[in-house]
Amino acid sequence: MTLVVRGGRILDVETGALNEGDVVCGDGKILAVGPAAAAGASAGAEVLDATGMVVTPGLIDMHVHLRDPGLEYKEDIVSGTRAAAAGGFTSVCCMPNTQPVVDHAAMVGFIQDRAKRLGVVNVYPIGSVSKNLEGRELAEIGDMAAAGIVAVTDDGKPVWNSELMRTALLYSSMYGIPVIAHSEDPHLAEDGQMHFGTWAGVLGLRGIPGAAEASMIARDCMLAELTGGRLHVAHVSTELSLSVIRWARSRGVKVTCEVTPHHLVLTDEEVSRSAYDTNTKVNPPLRTAADVEACRAALRSGEIQAIASDHAPHSPDDKDVEYNLAANGVIGLETTVPVLLTELVGKGHAGLAAVVRAMTAGPAGLLGLKGKGRLAVGMDADITVLNLDKSWRIEPAAFQSRSRNTPFGGWEVRGAAAATIVAGRVVQRNGQLSD
Amino acid sequence: MALQAKDVLSLQEMGPEEMNLILDTADSLREVIYRPIKKVPTLRGKTIITFFHEPSTRTRTSFELAAKFMSADTVNISTTTSAIVKGESLKDTAYTLQAMGADCLIMRHGISGSCHYLSRLVDASVINAGDGMHEHPTQGLLDMYTIRRHKGSLEGLKVAIVGDVLHSRVARSDIWGMTKSGAEVVLAGPRTLLPDGFEQLGVRSYTAVEEALPGADVVYVLRVQRERQGKGLVPSMREYARQYCINGRRLALAKPGALLMHPGPMNRGIEIGSDVADGAQSLIVEQVTNGVAVRMAILYLLLGGAAA
Amino acid sequence: MPLPNRRGGPSGGDRPLGAQAKAHIMDQEAIRRALFRIAHEIIERNQGTENLTLVGIRRRGVPLAARLQGIIREIEGCEVPLGILDITLYRDDLTTRLEQPIVRSTEVPFSLSGKKVILVDDVLYTGRTVRAALDALMDLGRPQLIQLAVLVDRGHRELPIRADYVGKNVPTSRRENVNVSLLEVDGEDAVVIELLNPVDAEVK
Repeated sequence: MTLVVRGGRILDVETGALNEGDVVCGDGKILAVGPAAAAGASAGAEVLDATGMVVTPGLIDMHVHLRDPGLEYKEDIVSGTRAAAAGGFTSVCCMPNTQPVVDHAAMVGFIQDRAKRLGVVNVYPIGSVSKNLEGRELAEIGDMAAAGIVAVTDDGKPVWNSELMRTALLYSSMYGIPVIAHSEDPHLAEDGQMHFGTWAGVLGLRGIPGAAEASMIARDCMLAELTGGRLHVAHVSTELSLSVIRWARSRGVKVTCEVTPHHLVLTDEEVSRSAYDTNTKVNPPLRTAADVEACRAALRSGEIQAIASDHAPHSPDDKDVEYNLAANGVIGLETTVPVLLTELVGKGHAGLAAVVRAMTAGPAGLLGLKGKGRLAVGMDADITVLNLDKSWRIEPAAFQSRSRNTPFGGWEVRGAAAATIVAGRVVQRNGQLSD
Repeated sequence: MALQAKDVLSLQEMGPEEMNLILDTADSLREVIYRPIKKVPTLRGKTIITFFHEPSTRTRTSFELAAKFMSADTVNISTTTSAIVKGESLKDTAYTLQAMGADCLIMRHGISGSCHYLSRLVDASVINAGDGMHEHPTQGLLDMYTIRRHKGSLEGLKVAIVGDVLHSRVARSDIWGMTKSGAEVVLAGPRTLLPDGFEQLGVRSYTAVEEALPGADVVYVLRVQRERQGKGLVPSMREYARQYCINGRRLALAKPGALLMHPGPMNRGIEIGSDVADGAQSLIVEQVTNGVAVRMAILYLLLGGAAA
Repeated sequence: MPLPNRRGGPSGGDRPLGAQAKAHIMDQEAIRRALFRIAHEIIERNQGTENLTLVGIRRRGVPLAARLQGIIREIEGCEVPLGILDITLYRDDLTTRLEQPIVRSTEVPFSLSGKKVILVDDVLYTGRTVRAALDALMDLGRPQLIQLAVLVDRGHRELPIRADYVGKNVPTSRRENVNVSLLEVDGEDAVVIELLNPVDAEVK
């Protein structure tokens, strides 16, 4: 089965160059890339016309909560991967804080099986650091690595016990996988509802200081240095955290980091502007304008290697309550591309190449995802086609995701994922999923 | 002239003209409290439900009396005796009360922003009787009204708010209301009980109360919120009292004849001394009367006309 | 005779815009003589000033009541207590109006129980204002009797209310407005009939 993506502008994520050309795929692999590559394609090939649009490697979201198994009322592997496809993502990495927790190889297998049978895009499971996320004993990381996890994390919670974190970094380095750290001092952050600052004072909500994140990142970096293990900092949100990571890198620590789209676009003032809308309640919280600017600068400079949505589906029963009682988190698979194209690329805060690289070569490289993240002969035929000119309005009611908790509902945006191609199959075209 | 919204949720969102309308109306209604028959028929047939998730004597009674003086029907719901204890969500309770025909819901709740949330759920008017640490707008208005009765206007006055500002919704409402009326507000308290960043609102903070008081026309003393604190932000009540208790010696640092106010209930001997609480400068008891008048005024302005 | 000024005012509907003067009914002298006569009638009907009180209905009933108080002081040499009544809280049309009328204060600093209360207003029309005033007075105490004195009675009663003392009877149509100006409030004394705009006629 051959697919030709014809006439688009192919993005080189390293140089930023956009060159008109075609991508030819067959048997799930890329056979040819470049100007007039279609000429070599077989006669019966399916053609996807990408004229006027940008063609990139398939986008990867390395921080997604699929909630499956156990919390299917919020999302499951089917609805979550459909949401990914709708949003232009060809691969997602799913977090282990399910019920039961992904802390042993059988659970890894469960997710892989289900994703293969029912999922629409590639799913890479992430295992937990500790058994049942209790933060006391190491999970069977070796067994899970053999089953195919790409990283370990206790995300949702920090690994509070420093000795356990040291052990995790040391142990996981045997299998070449990083420890993804949800860096948060639980006592500084206790009962916190939003960022600690003037707005928290005005709104009467307990605040979480930036130091709650940065202090733990400092600890995690020092332990990474001690063990030689690989550390990846999840959802970095402050200028202080970025400066800690910069310092650690200067000492040779193997540390990478990711940022969410909402931390690149929204500030803590949003809680006030929206009059306590619980779709502004996330962990880490929305920070100051200076922090947002620092994250944007770090994205431009490459200090941040990945953009990951931390897609956190919650049902209305979890969110449509008083602010303190609302669960933390917002969904992101279907809003990441339009919001970043509109607010970052469209307004000149970051180039298209930097943004796309952070969702392709960046995550593929740091997680070692073979065949992903680049458009080159021999790579997997995962392709995203972006329409940079499409103006539309984000309507949560139309989402593929089972949940609706987004702060971007009603936003007028310019830019969309016009097509999503996984292993040479078009799974999404103009907002319609092919099923 | 009417109030802009169907609710009274915060003084941060209220303009000076609206505040003055409420205070002027309170002026006219105040005499009803002193009549032998405390009844006017204005809100006859209106249903007002007070809905208190936190304990309260004065605020709840004040609202209830204000409503009854205006001939409205009132119902009190307190969480110890209601389905909320059984786990019914605020959303469901709100829909239930509206379905029964409530015209006005007066809510006190432990979570900031919950009255904004309630007002989005129901068509009835919502009055915030205190939401978490956020605001207590009717207290702010009655405080402004009390000062106005004695000083004519708040313009140019210096008001010193002393105590646990960090956890105080009363302080926040007073800051908004008084600065919008042209007063200068300063805060005094231990560093651990002062919020960050309020200089941006035009409010200076002092950790030495003796530095905040000179020149003050009004000394406003906040309760030390022992039940809300719980985190050892001050080492002991004794230490707090020694450093911050407003007694005769400290009150004398303010302008002669400065007004002494407190939202109640008082922790005598901790944040305020009995010598001044019962002294000539104290308006603490008058604040209570003024509270009923201000709440009558708000009920009149929200409910006295045709339903929108 | 200069036309009275157009006054916007609190939404008490007492000064509709766009009305044109049709006839000047009373001038300053006529008002003075009418009040003089009313004062005498009050004293005569009540056989003196014992237990007498005057209560003016806001807004223009108040200066009229004050003037009556002054005239009685001249004639009888005694001070009849004067009260001010705001009837906003007792109006029967509050729930049909979109904007609340502004509430002004009621000041009756003496007991009404056992007293003869002379209610004073500028214009008697449908009778609803007086009905509200009667309810308000009852909430303030139990007068021995209540009598009503008005400067102008313009007919069109909607309730069984009548005035005991009338300055002038002025037959009007519903498309007209009786505009009373008083020195204390409006800067001059005059009673003028105006033709209302059709819209304002409906509102009234």
